[in-house]
Amino acid sequence: MPRLSADRRTEVRFTLNGRPVAGLAEPRLLLSDFLRHVVGATGTHVGCEHGVCGACTVRIDGGLARSCLTLAVQVEGCTVETVEGLAPGPARLSVLQEAFRRHHALQCGFCTAGILMSLDTLLRDEPAADKARIEEVLGGHLCRCTGYGPIVSAALDAAERLSEDPGAGDAPEERDGDV
Amino acid sequence: MSAAEPAPSQTSAKPGHLGRSLPRFEDAALLTGRGRFLDDLPVGPATLQAAILRSPHAHARIVKLDVSAARALPGVAAVLTSAEVQALSAPLVVGVKAPMTCWPIATDRVRYVGEPVAVVVAADRYLAEDALEAIAIDYAPLPAVVDPERALAAEAPVLHEGLGGNLASDRSFRYGDPEAAFETAAHRIGITVRYPRNAVTPIETYGMVCEWDPGEDGYEVTANFQGPFSIHAVIARSLKVPGNRLRLKTPRDSGGSFGVKQGMFPVIVLMALAARLAGRPVKWIEDRLEHLTASVSATNRVVTLAAAVEADGKITALDWDQLEDVGAHLRAPEPATLYRMHGNLTGAYDIRNLAVRNRVVVTNKTPTGLNRGFGGPQVYFALERLVQKIAVTLGLDPVAVIRRNLIPAGAFPYRTASGGLYDSGDYQKALETALRDGGHAALVEKRDRVRAAGGLYGIGFATVVEPSVSNMGYVSTVMTAAERAKAGPKNGAQATATVALDPVGGVSVHVASVPQGQGHRTVLAQTVADSLGLEPAQIRVVAELDTARDAWSIASGNYASRFAAAVAGTAHLAAEQLKAKLARLAAAQLNVPAEALVFEGGRVCAADTPDNAIPFARLAATAHWAPGTIPEAAGQALRETVYWTPPQLTAPTPDDQVNSSLCHGFILDICGVAVERASGRVVIDRYVTMHDCGRVLHPGMVEGQIVGGFANAVGAALYEEYAYGPDGAFLAGSFADYLVPTVAEVPRPEILHVETPSPFTPLGAKGVGEGNCMSTPVAIANAVADALGVEDVILPLTPARVRALLDEPEPPAPAGTAPAAPPKRAGGRALAGTGSAGFAAPPQRIWDTLLDPATLEAIVPGCHKVEKLSETRFLAEVTLGVGPVKGRYSVEVALSDLVEPASVTLTASASGALGTGAGQGHVRLAATPEGGTRLDYDYEADVGGKVAAVGGRLLDGAARLVIGQFFAALGRQAGGGTKGGGATDGGATDGAGAAGPWTGLLGRLLRLLGIGS
Amino acid sequence: MKPARFDYQRAESAAEACEALAELGGDARVLAGGQSLVPMLNMRLAQPRLLVDISRIEALQKIERSGGRLLVGAGARQAALLSHDGLAEAAPLLAAALPWVGHAQTRARGTVCGSLAHADPSAELPTCLLALQGAVRLRSSRRHRELPAEAFLAGLMSTAREDDELVEAAAFPLRRAGEGQAFREFGRRHGDFAIVGAAAVVSAQRIRLAVGGVADRPMARDWPALEGSALDDALNAFAWELGARDDLHASARLRRDLVRALGREAIEEARRCRA
Ligand code: FES
Ligand code: FES
Repeated sequence: MPRLSADRRTEVRFTLNGRPVAGLAEPRLLLSDFLRHVVGATGTHVGCEHGVCGACTVRIDGGLARSCLTLAVQVEGCTVETVEGLAPGPARLSVLQEAFRRHHALQCGFCTAGILMSLDTLLRDEPAADKARIEEVLGGHLCRCTGYGPIVSAALDAAERLSEDPGAGDAPEERDGDV
Repeated sequence: MSAAEPAPSQTSAKPGHLGRSLPRFEDAALLTGRGRFLDDLPVGPATLQAAILRSPHAHARIVKLDVSAARALPGVAAVLTSAEVQALSAPLVVGVKAPMTCWPIATDRVRYVGEPVAVVVAADRYLAEDALEAIAIDYAPLPAVVDPERALAAEAPVLHEGLGGNLASDRSFRYGDPEAAFETAAHRIGITVRYPRNAVTPIETYGMVCEWDPGEDGYEVTANFQGPFSIHAVIARSLKVPGNRLRLKTPRDSGGSFGVKQGMFPVIVLMALAARLAGRPVKWIEDRLEHLTASVSATNRVVTLAAAVEADGKITALDWDQLEDVGAHLRAPEPATLYRMHGNLTGAYDIRNLAVRNRVVVTNKTPTGLNRGFGGPQVYFALERLVQKIAVTLGLDPVAVIRRNLIPAGAFPYRTASGGLYDSGDYQKALETALRDGGHAALVEKRDRVRAAGGLYGIGFATVVEPSVSNMGYVSTVMTAAERAKAGPKNGAQATATVALDPVGGVSVHVASVPQGQGHRTVLAQTVADSLGLEPAQIRVVAELDTARDAWSIASGNYASRFAAAVAGTAHLAAEQLKAKLARLAAAQLNVPAEALVFEGGRVCAADTPDNAIPFARLAATAHWAPGTIPEAAGQALRETVYWTPPQLTAPTPDDQVNSSLCHGFILDICGVAVERASGRVVIDRYVTMHDCGRVLHPGMVEGQIVGGFANAVGAALYEEYAYGPDGAFLAGSFADYLVPTVAEVPRPEILHVETPSPFTPLGAKGVGEGNCMSTPVAIANAVADALGVEDVILPLTPARVRALLDEPEPPAPAGTAPAAPPKRAGGRALAGTGSAGFAAPPQRIWDTLLDPATLEAIVPGCHKVEKLSETRFLAEVTLGVGPVKGRYSVEVALSDLVEPASVTLTASASGALGTGAGQGHVRLAATPEGGTRLDYDYEADVGGKVAAVGGRLLDGAARLVIGQFFAALGRQAGGGTKGGGATDGGATDGAGAAGPWTGLLGRLLRLLGIGS
Repeated sequence: MKPARFDYQRAESAAEACEALAELGGDARVLAGGQSLVPMLNMRLAQPRLLVDISRIEALQKIERSGGRLLVGAGARQAALLSHDGLAEAAPLLAAALPWVGHAQTRARGTVCGSLAHADPSAELPTCLLALQGAVRLRSSRRHRELPAEAFLAGLMSTAREDDELVEAAAFPLRRAGEGQAFREFGRRHGDFAIVGAAAVVSAQRIRLAVGGVADRPMARDWPALEGSALDDALNAFAWELGARDDLHASARLRRDLVRALGREAIEEARRCRA
């Protein structure tokens, strides 16, 4: 493909939570900034911009990614999923989100978007994930409020419900107004 | 429920929603990405973005600051420097009457790494950061002092000349008769501890949008500021506007604060001024590097504490000497960290005699401020380490020493020696319950078992009184009684809440508690729902604060664990007040006395004839639609705002007694740790934390506060430190350097409760948010001290420190192995090394090459030019890098002690956008029998700025790489190349990679080699 | 914390990537997973003029066995290698070490070759490559070449890669019959860079131990089948020869202790695996 020049904005098109979106980006624009400030999907948060805290974690083409370590131009043509796409409907929560609420697995909620993306991906790939696996994946996130215990409980609870009823955590339906 | 609990009201006898773990109303939005955090709020199209140029030096004069190139860049709207700040604002008020001036930006000199020097305002943050790189600034480094004890020395560099030294405050206090107690006691047992710097850095950083309205000469600020709103007055004064022209708003959601988001106020002043200068709204989102480096930190403190102790472990007196390090400026509300615990210096113990000396010192580090635990970790680290030492010294069980000294259960409310008024408690019951239910006996058995098998295992305790709801007057204890009398009394802790009805019966609650994620809205809905007989979901709670519209006071905000005790209680009072009016209204309609009415299930009815009822919504509507029917005495029944302040929070007395807090919870922690001998890793095997936080309003949230605080404290005990180099370089600038624990590092504590409700608060609740930050660090330290049988434990207990405490002999280096690099000396330079290189060329040739600018220009990798300033001073422009890391530096080198062609001393300093370096090297040349040269060198250097903050892990290696490369090039240039594998440094063979050296290192390189001549 | 400006080119082929590298040399940087490079861009520690994105070149994403080696293409992610069929039997060292590489979230993007090219002295994959006596394939517009690990890993974040070269693949020898492999690591937190990482490859006649996190690059030693105190002595000598230094996260002494302890554990476990 042609080289994109440093100071020119180009249009980046991709699918965000099932809907096509587009926006202008310089090569250096981070995906986290692009999602939040160009596309307007502010559910993904930024806590460090060097890949450690995990708040910015999203899914790109089905795999986890730190959006602060990804350039907006890199997602051209990709499928991006963020926390806004997790709930099955406008007034509903996913099994995992419900479990977070039940177990008080969030306080300020700032780290939560990234953690949900990681755990949702884990439970999608391994519905019967055990505590060790949950802790391993959660290990890629920092939370200052909860001390993590309630998050592990929530994930275990969700895993149990999902393995009993695999349909319960279905992929998000079409939703309105997120983007 | 306990009998001591205040009856909420005669008409709400049924168990209500309070006390139950309702799902939080906050969560649905937060879980679906619909939070409203500062950086999520819509801003107008005129809004600009700011970035701050920060000092890479701990202490330096600003010699030159030229922002013209930055101003001229496309997209840049304004550059704010100290000139504009001084013209448009006044210095920040300083907490004590000390002759020092505190601006939010460096004026003529910088005093800590990260201190703001200029602010760029541009169309976006990327452009603003581009412009930072275009600012030309020269510093003349000054000696820095980072250690509080050294800061007191006569020869220490002085930060604020007005002080005449670095001591900002020195006060002594005496309660009871400590001298006599020490004289008559069987033992005097003392300990000195050094509590390090850390902070519960929230995951969301500071953020704000500031705007100036020239028509009204007023500022409007939206910030994720947490309070206390006493700071509002500080900001307004600095901006030179009356308080009613500083409108301060907070967003609905905040990504955690833990005290830290108090510390942003100097930046609010800067950004408000930047907005004024630019004539447009300015938004600033702090980045993580800025946050770790320069937001705010807890104080580090040196404490020497001694106890007068009887043979049975009874403590009869304490003698405190506290040296508090507040960093480079004494910023409001400091020295509050030091005085917050003043009423609690005897902890949970009945000790009547007390001597205290409190000194406050300034050093070249980030100024301090609020942080979870606020003063508690520092105090209890000393006190509880001492209690353990008393047990060890006297051969007693630590539990016996604790038991012997606890305040008796019947003594509450209990007045401490220094004036604290402990509201309620049954410490004996809490202790015995914790020992029993926490499995203490089994833990002791386990310790014995592990030890018998040769393992390292220890048990630690911490007994803590957790204060909450601060007295706004406590900081004035730092003043003498005469000064206080002159300044006027300060006391109380105003909380406010408003409960309002809409025309169809909807209830809304407004508070100024500025939640940072704790779930205030849910608890307030529960509280008010209980009063009005409604469901919590029917109550709408608004917690974003707007100082232009909402009821607030200087005590408003989210700190000192005041929510449950003060704010929820005040909301309860407001709801009850509204209810009383509605009851009169209903009484008139239902024809029963108001006292006989019950609010229940969305209706108001007569207690004995439930059919005689009126729906709550109807009643509320009446208040709106038919105010004429409201009985005279009721007045309006639409909206009630209550201000509440507890009478117990009186001003400090003339003899310096102060009840620094309203509520006093109790915590008893038991911790079992295993220490891995080979690695020094501390593994928390078991942790029991017993809490008495009065009445529990929401068990789920109380547990959340406890485990969250516990996790923070595990960080403070084992992982986290805002580390500084001896020269003041900041070393923990990233989350790879400042180690916040992850799930793998945080065990689950076992939580136990006893409840003794506070008689001083409307709901009987006490604060609970900070206790484990006070108790857990020292409980872990005590356990490690017990495991290792050592006294001097320093936090964080890193594997390297613990391994050193084990003090085991090391297998010696086999013959022929180069000796180990010398260990770092305390106070020495951050980098040091020695090495040698062999060359085929003779010494004179090497000498000439070394001292010739032209050849150096050719051989120093990335060298653009070498300029000769004098015979012995040179200036070089160099681009250096390791791997992808590259930066441009200017390097000044001075040569001294020249003995041609045998030896030279090089003194160098380097600076560039990525960092700074300064140091000294000695080079010695000797002829070898084969006609070549042997070159020996040693160097010491400090590296500062960004590379030190985020690259510390690699700096040593980078220095060696640079040196190795240089000598390889030197050998080539001088002819004949290097011999025997090139340079060696400290015994390791240096790499001779293709890439150039890394960033700040440059300094070292040149100093070593001597760019020059 | 936002990157300085750079041009961006998404290469469609390795040849295109090499052309771009040839054109800009050291001013260009290869972007594969970005997990090491982008933090440096964000902090402006690195300010290249051009990023050459190779992450979409399908030909570079292969992981295949050939000639007794596991060839991992430049675009292959760490997570892909970890879930490669039969990895635990074919390359047990990699299966053991990969979970220590960052976190699941960074492994999902980070590439194996990117980690090797970055040459962080504490990184696990270079240590494994060295322990296994693997190699790196380099490609430029001028030539193709292959360098053994020792030659490729040149020092602190420094490799023998020339500015115009692309690391095209890494070659990890497959486990030979009768060989045992094991990995041990000690870090401050899980997922942190190693304070010491130890990779052992043991056969009936010899022991090979590679250690990362101590010197400016991973270092390896080969020994005959030592036992008992002879092995202790060898490990002790190795620990001292590495020239450990103090830094913020660990002391030189702790590093030597860990080389002795983890080295022994890794060797013993490799022996058990052999059996
Ligand atoms: S913001 Fe991306 S990992 Fe922290
Ligand atoms: S809930 Fe606040 S950081 Fe995790």
